[in-house]
Amino acid sequence: MIIHEYQGKELMNEVGIPTTKGRVAATPAEAKAIAAEIGKKVAVKAQVHIGGRGKAGGIKLAETPEQAEEAAKAIIGMDIKGLKVNKVLVEECIEIDKEFYLGITLDRDAGTHVIMFSPMGGVDIEEVAVTHPDQIFKCHTHPWLGVQDYEIREMLYKTGLDTKILKQVHMFAKKAFELYRKWDCVLTEINPLAVLKDGRVVAADAKINFDDNATYRHPQLEAMREVAEEDPLERSAKERGLNNYVRLDGEVGIIGNGAGLVMGTLDIVAREGGKPANFLDVGGGANAALVANALGLVLSDPNVKGVLFNIFGGITRGDEVANGIVQGVKQVELKVPLVIRLSGTNEKEGRAILAENGYEVAATMEEAAKKIVALTR
Amino acid sequence: MSILINKNSKILVQGITGKEGGFHTRQMIEYGSQIVGGCTPGKGGTTVFDRPVFNTVLEGKNKTGADTSIIFVPAAGAADAVLEAAHAGIKTIVCITEGVPIQDMVPVAAEVKRLGARLIGPNCPGLITPGECKLGIMPAHIFSPGPVGFVSRSGTLTYQAVDELTRNGLGQSTCVGIGGDPVIGTSFLDCVEMFLADPATKALVLIGEIGGGQEEEAARFLEGKDIPCVAMIAGRTAPPGKRMGHAGAIVSGGVGTAQGKVDAFMKAGVPVLDTTQELVAELKKRMATAKV
Repeated sequence: MIIHEYQGKELMNEVGIPTTKGRVAATPAEAKAIAAEIGKKVAVKAQVHIGGRGKAGGIKLAETPEQAEEAAKAIIGMDIKGLKVNKVLVEECIEIDKEFYLGITLDRDAGTHVIMFSPMGGVDIEEVAVTHPDQIFKCHTHPWLGVQDYEIREMLYKTGLDTKILKQVHMFAKKAFELYRKWDCVLTEINPLAVLKDGRVVAADAKINFDDNATYRHPQLEAMREVAEEDPLERSAKERGLNNYVRLDGEVGIIGNGAGLVMGTLDIVAREGGKPANFLDVGGGANAALVANALGLVLSDPNVKGVLFNIFGGITRGDEVANGIVQGVKQVELKVPLVIRLSGTNEKEGRAILAENGYEVAATMEEAAKKIVALTR
Repeated sequence: MSILINKNSKILVQGITGKEGGFHTRQMIEYGSQIVGGCTPGKGGTTVFDRPVFNTVLEGKNKTGADTSIIFVPAAGAADAVLEAAHAGIKTIVCITEGVPIQDMVPVAAEVKRLGARLIGPNCPGLITPGECKLGIMPAHIFSPGPVGFVSRSGTLTYQAVDELTRNGLGQSTCVGIGGDPVIGTSFLDCVEMFLADPATKALVLIGEIGGGQEEEAARFLEGKDIPCVAMIAGRTAPPGKRMGHAGAIVSGGVGTAQGKVDAFMKAGVPVLDTTQELVAELKKRMATAKV
């Protein structure tokens, strides 16, 4: 789960991390009032879950409250890479002297969390990693002791920066790690961590991602979820109890059991020249209700020109799965071609049931992919 | 021979009285796995399928001599269950449970390692040494004994590939589903190392997916080794930043791309195939050439 910059900054303030001063506005009038309150030049920033908002015109500077109102009018409702802007963050305009990067994430290969710091902030850190790998400093935290002060110092003194500034950065690293642990984050990132001309150090941006497996122990996060900004089909999937749906931009709807198998299906459809419209893993065996639900969801995507069902019968038998599919399909209105590939336990019996009911049945994934791609051309 | 489990493995089922635990315990017993008992706090003294149930793993281990456990407890208690088993002295622990918080697993995976125990998973189908012992939730009948060592991050894709292997007369020494989470107890490399040390394993199938750097690590290790080996990477067409079902199957920060994994395998002389059909055909060819 991800949250907006303004929400991230609220969480940072809670643990004592200073950020640029400001508040969120949903209307131009609110933006004007916040700018008047701040009483100096402000930045009006679009709150969207996608990078590159600055280049897209989603950040504007305003000298006066009236200008802030105008800026908010232009930004709210704006479309940035397919996402509609509903809110803006109005905050003090800061005069930056230096921009650093501070981030905490899971290092999967090390099996623990890592704090990363770079004196080259303000730009995409992945770019820095490529162009100046020696300018990214890391501190792997202990799996159960967390991070010690000396470890942060060891990381920071390698940078050769001024001690006075490093002491401030140290505090940010420690508190950011505290936030990361407290909220079950998978990413806490401050970029830029800005050293201002007046000597202050503030978090000028805040990016926080949470571990979806742990949201159950943070009920407060539910209030931060902005349903209106989620993809409508992904939201509809959740409402139908289908938690493993990802919308893509092609035209071949794909349903299967098992994440790896569905990923493999996407790959082979692409290899045969089709473009997958979605990833949908329905898990275990397919019963009629599940099939109807999954098909209903995939068919509600207007881009879908055909659907490929790929099931490997494991402990659930193929004939049971086939009956589930036959009954499930009857419950939805099917106007596009459907190809079913069924393999595994009792596949012959399963395929016979499907064929009897007039479905396109394929024996292999390759054959199924070829068929559905041909039918959706 | 095999790796990790065999017909002598004595297994405790943690969460044996639950729906999933009960269902799969029956299937494992039917396969011939030595299930010596189960654990559910509060159900000690009862029996399931004629096996004794204990309140704690320690008690179960002391009374049955179990050396292996399989966990079916809900996500919120899974990390605790793994630690309980490890501290009781269980040597091989399989955690089937899906949805375990990452921050629970980080310290637990490290502690299990410190104790010298072996954790498989979480969020995995388990493992099987065909003909001897099934310690997981896979459909048993598609497996057959033989020389192919098999390691994979996904469940159904494994079943599909194993089914194809068996139909082509290629049996398996042990198949390990290591799990689809970002933090897991046993990596690709761990399995490959164990397989290379196992005299019964004469060929390898590796099924990876996007995310992390485990496949690359295993590929580097395989450079210069002469065992017939083939690989497959699921998620080659997945867009960056989208999590494909498994919590671990995501390309983020430029790390974990399919191309990086394919390149690493290719460099090690391990062909990466697009489908399980092609995978098995290629393995068969390579095994014939190597005369195994």
